[in-house]
Amino acid sequence: MANKSATAEKKQREPLFHIVKRDGLRPWEPYAIRAVAILLALIVSSLLTLILTGKNPFLLFSAMFEGSFGSFRRFLSMLSDLAILLCISLAVTPAFKMRFWNIGAEGQVLAGGLATAACMILMKGWPIAVMIPLMLIVAVVAGALWAILPAVCKAFWGTNETLFTLMMNYVAIQLVRYFVTVWENPKGSGHIGVIRNGQLPAIAGYSEIIPILVVATAVALMYVYLKYSKHGYEIEVVGQSENTARYIGINVKHVIIRTMLVSGAICGLAGFLLVSGTDHTISPDTAGGDGFTAIMVSWLAKFNPLYMALTAFLIVFLSRGGGEIATTMRLNSSFPEILTGIILFFIIGCEFFIHYSVRLRHKKAAPAEVAADADSEEKEDRE
Amino acid sequence: MNTLPAIELCGVTKTFGSVIANKDVNLDVRHGEILAILGENGSGKTTLMNMISGIYYPDEGKIFIDGEEVVIKSPKDAFAHGIGMIHQHFKLVDLFTATENIILGIKDEKYNLKQAAESVKALCDRYGFELDPKKKIYEMAVSEKQTVEIIKVLYRGAEILILDEPTAVLTPQETRKLFDVLRKMRDDGKSIIIITHKLHEVLAISDRVAILRKGEHVATVDTATTSEAELTELMVGKKVSLNIDRTEPRDATPRLFVEGLNCLGHDGVKVLDNVSFTALGGEILGIAGIAGSGQRELLEAIAGLQHIESGTITYRSPEDGEDTDLRDKTPLEIRELGVRLSFVPEDRLGMGLVGDMDIVDNMMLRSYSYGKSFFLDRDPPKHLAEDIIAHLEVVTPSAATPVRRLSGGNVQKVLVGREISSAPTVLMAAYPVRGLDINSSYLIYNLLNAQKEKGVAVIFVGEDLDVLLELCDRILVIGSGRVTGIVDARTSTKEEIGLLMTKGGSDDGE
Repeated sequence: MANKSATAEKKQREPLFHIVKRDGLRPWEPYAIRAVAILLALIVSSLLTLILTGKNPFLLFSAMFEGSFGSFRRFLSMLSDLAILLCISLAVTPAFKMRFWNIGAEGQVLAGGLATAACMILMKGWPIAVMIPLMLIVAVVAGALWAILPAVCKAFWGTNETLFTLMMNYVAIQLVRYFVTVWENPKGSGHIGVIRNGQLPAIAGYSEIIPILVVATAVALMYVYLKYSKHGYEIEVVGQSENTARYIGINVKHVIIRTMLVSGAICGLAGFLLVSGTDHTISPDTAGGDGFTAIMVSWLAKFNPLYMALTAFLIVFLSRGGGEIATTMRLNSSFPEILTGIILFFIIGCEFFIHYSVRLRHKKAAPAEVAADADSEEKEDRE
Repeated sequence: MNTLPAIELCGVTKTFGSVIANKDVNLDVRHGEILAILGENGSGKTTLMNMISGIYYPDEGKIFIDGEEVVIKSPKDAFAHGIGMIHQHFKLVDLFTATENIILGIKDEKYNLKQAAESVKALCDRYGFELDPKKKIYEMAVSEKQTVEIIKVLYRGAEILILDEPTAVLTPQETRKLFDVLRKMRDDGKSIIIITHKLHEVLAISDRVAILRKGEHVATVDTATTSEAELTELMVGKKVSLNIDRTEPRDATPRLFVEGLNCLGHDGVKVLDNVSFTALGGEILGIAGIAGSGQRELLEAIAGLQHIESGTITYRSPEDGEDTDLRDKTPLEIRELGVRLSFVPEDRLGMGLVGDMDIVDNMMLRSYSYGKSFFLDRDPPKHLAEDIIAHLEVVTPSAATPVRRLSGGNVQKVLVGREISSAPTVLMAAYPVRGLDINSSYLIYNLLNAQKEKGVAVIFVGEDLDVLLELCDRILVIGSGRVTGIVDARTSTKEEIGLLMTKGGSDDGE
């Protein structure tokens, strides 16, 4: 009996909290939750800044803001970063919507970029009006080829696309590394300097403008493609339920291959914009991890191209701001990354609270049992 | 004998978001009785039982066991209080023997298989179970697995057993055996709660019936003094006529010929073995069998979703009498041949519909590809959606609501509505009323009947033999992938069909 009462004592409490699914949130409520999350993120990072560095957090945030909006030049450069990241995010989106985990955007971008660089280096003396369309086509085809290989293997033999696309990244990186040694300029420097030939023209002296416009158009097209085209519909059905797709007679293999073709082609376009439009050179770091960051951008925006502009902005803003505070406030370069991490943690974490609410245990729990057990410590629960 | 109730619920309430699953439920179960919990789907039966067995925690209310208040916040707590639940879906390790599964997870006891096997044997003898303790789970039939689940709970010393729809997977004969065992356990002083929505079973097994409606406990009645009609009325809240209006088939003509069909499952095991039958236009052909006897594969083979090893499927057009070979055609090719074959699959949200899409987008699943345009035309599906919502009384905030948010009955109305909208000549429906409330079920039966009267060849896979016998014209019985008989539904009996259901497996030796 003593034993039994001991276990009863342990069990007389309700669980500390329940997680309850939310239903029927009013339309503005998710935004309110997100706003609170951002506010909390700022408060936490301010406190951390004060404690760890002793600097004024407001100065820090204004410096962060400077990073993207400090001058027209910076603003344009931020937009250009944003355009490239957004372009790659657009590329992975149809694949992700189809639940095809294309984490090979990095490699597909590099393939497109390498093809572009090859054209720029090898087609000396060609008229620019011929070169640009040609480079575009070659880059798009290269990107698509890089994507179609895993797609075909997945469609016909059921290979794992995650591993396959990931491995293709390393192949692309090594290929670029090889060609950098072939084309290095000046000799012995280990990298390709600025390639003068075949650059996208600058508008009003700014080379960033064309890539920005191209990507803005691509956002609109992708939005329409996913939402209003038959292809977009098929992608959604295959992604949601392959069984349903079979049931209504969608050729799943066909859709997988076609969608990855689109995905890879847009990555190729991003590679082209990077090499011919903004960088004017190529290195194994040309994609700079954007192929992976794009995955986060796409997910955070729930695969909606319009929202993606916002999430991509957030990420670019944070990374540029981080760089800015590291230099102007002379902080250790990992500190801005800590701040970025905190802010992203809150923004991603608040999605949980949009879907679920947490309810604490109510106080009136189990008074009868407590009363029966006089030696219990839980008397305050009695009311 | 203890006069206090074995378990008593006082004012138990549970909500999920804005949905009230259980509201102020007061209920008691006595020692040595079988209490049936009756209610339509969504009436909160399972939620209530999950609170007793520690899966959910009530928002409000108290639970007393033998008069003492208890807090059950995990299945472990439930076991400590002698409560054991047998779920609908078995939770067993396939590669282990019965005994190994039974003692799995018991910590405060030495691992002694031999001794455990003896106790298992003793339990079997005491209550009349038939079980070989050394048999591995994967070699077992469904009813044996269920036995293991029950003994697992008894072995842990459960005094209160909760069975969630235990007869759904059993033949009538197996059900009778299970009921005998349950009665023996009751006579031994155990309290048994059985969740079900089959009225005749409630009447056959229980001592009292507690009826839930929309999360509330409406009444508890003594089984001896109640009737099917009264129970239905309590369950639905109004009088319902339980008659299916079966008309005589008019000029039934052969529509679909299936000859010597053989299919292999994923693991290379024969799932359809030399299946032959003819479906007639203007009649409802029922398909009866234990769950998983090849019903799904048969319909999927006809719909072009299942690879066929050998055999033929031929469709005869009602317009010109021309025969079309449907074998090895994809669903799209079948449609392009002009064969209007509609299929309501068993897995509604996983196959028939896309849960996250709204009703409009689900309407165009079959028709989106028509026309040469690169873009979708959402106008016709929108009209169709509005039509179906109006005519089949689909309860939904709007046509733009994702179907996942609808209740089971409304999901099914959307699916059946779409499949009927294409004016089919063959309509196949797999378990179309599973999980539906009584009113929705009868609406579906009436829709099928209306199709039959239009001359459609209706193929209906069902699980409730009473319904099959009332609704269908002929019933094809399938056992272990073989046709074990085709009977006239007007003259056959449940016992006859039950015997045929088990026949396929038993003559494997031939």
